[in-house]
Amino acid sequence: MDHEHFAVSPDWKWYILLYFFLAGIAGGAYVIGALLRLAGGAGRDRAAERLAFLVAFPVVLICPILLTLDLGSPGRFWHMLINTTPGQGGVNFVSRSPMSVGVWALSLFALVSFVTFVATLSEVRGGRGAAVRLMAGAGGSLVVLAGALLGLFVASYTGVLLSVSNQAVWSDTWTLGGLFLASGMSAAAVVVAQFARRRAGAGTERRLAEADGWFAVVELLFVVLFFITLGAAGTAGTVLGHGWALLWVVVGLGLLVSLLGLARRGMAGAMAVVTPVLVVLGVFALRAVIIFSPQ
Amino acid sequence: MSVTISAGTAYGFFTDTSICIGCKACEVACKEWNQLPGNPPHFLGDSFDNTGQLDDMNWRHVQFRETTSAQGGPAWLMMSDVCKHCNQASCMDVCPTGAIIRTEFDTVFIQQDVCNGCRNCISACPFGVIGFSGDTGTVHKCTLCYDRLQAGMQPACAQACPTQSIQFGPLVELHARADMRLVALQSQGHDPILYGRDDNVYGGLGAFFLLMDKPESYGLPSTASAVRPERNNAPGYLGALLGSVLAVLGGLIAFRRRNETEAQ
Ligand code: SF4
Repeated sequence: MDHEHFAVSPDWKWYILLYFFLAGIAGGAYVIGALLRLAGGAGRDRAAERLAFLVAFPVVLICPILLTLDLGSPGRFWHMLINTTPGQGGVNFVSRSPMSVGVWALSLFALVSFVTFVATLSEVRGGRGAAVRLMAGAGGSLVVLAGALLGLFVASYTGVLLSVSNQAVWSDTWTLGGLFLASGMSAAAVVVAQFARRRAGAGTERRLAEADGWFAVVELLFVVLFFITLGAAGTAGTVLGHGWALLWVVVGLGLLVSLLGLARRGMAGAMAVVTPVLVVLGVFALRAVIIFSPQ
Repeated sequence: MSVTISAGTAYGFFTDTSICIGCKACEVACKEWNQLPGNPPHFLGDSFDNTGQLDDMNWRHVQFRETTSAQGGPAWLMMSDVCKHCNQASCMDVCPTGAIIRTEFDTVFIQQDVCNGCRNCISACPFGVIGFSGDTGTVHKCTLCYDRLQAGMQPACAQACPTQSIQFGPLVELHARADMRLVALQSQGHDPILYGRDDNVYGGLGAFFLLMDKPESYGLPSTASAVRPERNNAPGYLGALLGSVLAVLGGLIAFRRRNETEAQ
């Protein structure tokens, strides 16, 4: 539906762009680790699974720092979680505000990915502590499943947050959540693959390249849907004009190398050095053009 | 006009743009009472407007819109713009800290000691009302002179307006006055509209207007465009769910157990 927009810009800039980017990678890496654990061959991709979990937590640690720095009053970050209205108090959870829901999801995700990180690290070091024992059994699978669901949410809600507004472009489409999720998973796949290069076999590398390709297929589908919805709202020009089309070229290149990786699946070296750089740049450019162009 | 102000009653503004003379007394009174900083002087090149927009420093903004009259000559549309104190307030819908509250006078108020400057409300307000202040690290807008209402005084802008283009009072009374004014103008051959008097714009506006042209001419969304951010929650999350299902499927296809060995 074509709506006229008179809202002004919230001036969300680099901190938010970086946060959206890293949230996609952190959530995506955890989901990849979970998929390798729950669906992969028994122990076949163990090294990559561990690396995915080891990547997710440090990356998610940076996220609240970025969010806090973006606030006008960083010392009041905790007001997102606790209601400080005089006479009210208690926990702040506003279900209709994706920002509120997202802060809670991010906090829970950080907690679960911390537990997974500690257990994985001590496992790598040959430890047999409580965390390792917990993660080894069915309880561990439950933790990983919860983490994966939270990871999917953290990687995608940022798109919903933009849409739940009255800004041109952002509020004209329902596709941003899916778009950010798929692109975040794609970036996470190449990041994990890079770390896994020396520690995992060629088969793992191939499977991660294939996964990246499938994520790119989903991302491409959402890019098409994004433009269809913006076309219907009459705001496609906003994300294409003023040189923004250049960033779409970067997005397109990233998608292209991922899709080529899928087409060439089975071939060793599908994740050559240039591929991850282009994929990550493409994912970054996608968020940049969507966040900056309407503002 | 003296008004008895009591908690539990809905108060608001009725701004009759047909009698606004563009004197900006409302802007000055607002700045004085609320101790808002002055704008650095610069030429906007936009008619007699040197305020530009509503923001953290300007809670009233007199618009000067140059247009063409029915007779073909030049005409001005003047309107003193302000926060609409929406019944269904988009800013309140998205505020994650609970800083934006509805007061005992049914107005929308930003608690300065609770706001943390996330600026989500700015992205949501359909009227471009809220502004962020780097000095306070929080967002600001018209309070409908909450402090004055608590002291039994009417808002500074309404008190200062020399033509009664801005009228303050209980909303029920203002609605009746607006209806009478509408009929009077129609009988004189004009074709004005009441904007936000009924609930078709954000459930009704606490600050509603009599306009001499269509809303878009004043930078206001039409009734069809007056939509809430909340409408995008369900489709947005469903889109995210669809993306999640497809991406997980893609991952499962890639990582599925195949009869392959690492040597392949
Ligand atoms: S006009 Fe904007 S700031 Fe004022 S109540 Fe409505 S949504 Fe909130």
